[in-house]
Amino acid sequence: INESQTGIVTEEIKWEVNPYDEFALEAALQLKEQGKATEVIVFSMGGGDVDARIKDGLARGADTAVRLDDDAFVGSDSLGVARVLAAAAAKAEVGLLLCGKQAVDNDCAQVPGMTAEFLGWPQAVDISHLELDGETITAHRDVGGGKKFSLQASLPAVLSCDKGMNTPRFASLKGIMMAKRKPITVWGAADLGLDASKVGAAGAVVQESQFAPPPQRPAGRIIEGESVSQKVDELVRLLREEAKVL
Amino acid sequence: MSSGILVFCEHENGVFKKTAHELLAKASALVGDVGGEVSAVVIGGPTGAELGGFGAARVYSVQGDAFSQHNTGAWVSALAAVVGQADPAVLLGAASSAGRDLFPRLSARLSAGMASEVTDLSVDGGQLVATRPIYAGKAFTQVRITSSLGLYTVRPNSFTVPDSNGAVADEVAVAVEVGAGAERARVVEVMESNTDTVDLTEADRIVSGGRSLKSSDGFDDVIVPLARSLGATPGASRAAVDAGYVPHSWQVGQTGKVVNPSVYIACGISGAIQHLAGMRTSKVIVAINKDPDAPIFQHATYGIVDDLFEVCPVLAKAFENALS
Ligand SMILES: Cc1cc2nc3c(=O)[nH]c(=O)nc-3n(C[C@H](O)[C@H](O)[C@H](O)COP(=O)(O)OP(=O)(O)OC[C@H]3O[C@@H](n4cnc5c(N)ncnc54)[C@H](O)[C@@H]3O)c2cc1C
Ligand SMILES: Nc1ncnc2c1ncn2[C@@H]1O[C@H](COP(=O)(O)O)[C@@H](O)[C@H]1O
Repeated sequence: INESQTGIVTEEIKWEVNPYDEFALEAALQLKEQGKATEVIVFSMGGGDVDARIKDGLARGADTAVRLDDDAFVGSDSLGVARVLAAAAAKAEVGLLLCGKQAVDNDCAQVPGMTAEFLGWPQAVDISHLELDGETITAHRDVGGGKKFSLQASLPAVLSCDKGMNTPRFASLKGIMMAKRKPITVWGAADLGLDASKVGAAGAVVQESQFAPPPQRPAGRIIEGESVSQKVDELVRLLREEAKVL
Repeated sequence: MSSGILVFCEHENGVFKKTAHELLAKASALVGDVGGEVSAVVIGGPTGAELGGFGAARVYSVQGDAFSQHNTGAWVSALAAVVGQADPAVLLGAASSAGRDLFPRLSARLSAGMASEVTDLSVDGGQLVATRPIYAGKAFTQVRITSSLGLYTVRPNSFTVPDSNGAVADEVAVAVEVGAGAERARVVEVMESNTDTVDLTEADRIVSGGRSLKSSDGFDDVIVPLARSLGATPGASRAAVDAGYVPHSWQVGQTGKVVNPSVYIACGISGAIQHLAGMRTSKVIVAINKDPDAPIFQHATYGIVDDLFEVCPVLAKAFENALS
């Protein structure tokens, strides 16, 4: 957090691919290996500094890559990102858009559902299992309380991937060499036919301010006692009388 | 002009979830400064008259076969129709599995900004300000939404739930056309396992075990009985999940569930930063660990330094007595 508490200092950060996006890429690569997908395209919206991460995706086996980059995109909120991604998915005529369930920096979990709506495609979010049979996707989603949904969706669709659906592969040496020769296409607002006032800072309706560290927890205490039962009795007393949670 | 606060009230097995009451009560506390009135939207399920007791002046109810089971397309259409009729400035929902599914899509449909996983709400100059964690809880940020409607999903157990004041809300039935698209993604089966416990992310009490439990029997014999004695949901560290003692759906932490209970009991869990990321906002943290230097004790409200296999059964008995 910077000194004025208005943002995060990103200069020293070592950027990595969002781990949930690695599940999405792995799922795509497996679909291609099963002969159910013809091409795997990596999309990343960001400046030229995302190219190293895009290359990593290409090295793992993606066929082509598109960086979504335009001055007009800078400062996008989730709706802005989703407008750009939706336009890109439509332009590339993809049949399945796989996302991570959430970005591990902003923890929003918004872009996949928003993108699905802009495309008018069905969605399944937070999925931990995926099968594709013809035009039909079967996906599992943990909905808590010991329940899982088995969902079916028809292509084209947007999915967001949770942990547990696969184990992402590493790039092979050969893959890394091959990735060097794979080009990265760049699309901007004009290529995507996007109204620049609807994306970037101009279109953003969500403003973040005032960054702060988490509130400090008051110092805790170790419960002393001669025996286990003494300690337990004291704990129950404190939970009931002091913390008032029983 | 858009005004007032609309609350999406979830229910299960015919009763409203705690989050419904929690959000209505918070909306009631905020609405004086936001302007307008508090209303509720219910999709499928029970009559909403009782929601008046928590501050809803009006309950919009969407019923019919198309809405009896969770369906993304149908439910988003229902919410959009009710927003069209109620014209609120704020729509609140829980950061539950339903909220995670529906709200982003609704946000795009209505071009309304959204803040997710909110842990606090306040009003500044008539405008709602949401506090939410980022970087798995390592920092917090304040969010303001400038579109005429703002959508917010709030982490369960962020606010206290008062008792009902007994008031009864007016119910308004809303008829909703479901587009053909709703069939393009649907739930075909609900797979259940030990559904007698509350979802971890919504649980008010959690008892978690770590690698130290040594086996799935360890969980069955020690963690599950302790959880049951307290009416708590069992959870686990990643080390316990990776060792195969319990399923991944039990995992609390950065790559598991983020929980927000009033009591979190960590048994034989060291307190790694990635585990803390999932439970540090718990109101009371109890740590049971035989190592007095375990990092978990730096975050625990109360700690017992001892062998969990000795402490937990005695504690389970004590909870049973205390709660009976
Ligand atoms: C990218 C990444 C993501 C991760 N995500 C998560 C996550 O989501 N959730 C998570 O939990 N972890 C996560 N981890 C792993 C995390 O770093 C720790 O390894 C893990 O939380 C340790 O689990 P543990 O506390 O059960 O085991 P340990 O660290 O081995 O601790 C065991 C503890 O039990 C105590 N103990 C042993 N026997 C007894 C006994 N008889 N009585 C009392 N106490 C006893 C020991 O003193 C020790 O403190 C992640 C790690 C990485 C790198
Ligand atoms: N700038 C971006 N470029 C490409 N994909 C993105 C971008 N932002 C978000 N996504 C996708 O949307 C998912 C959820 O992001 P979020 O809604 O920001 O938590 C990510 O895991 C990505 O798959």
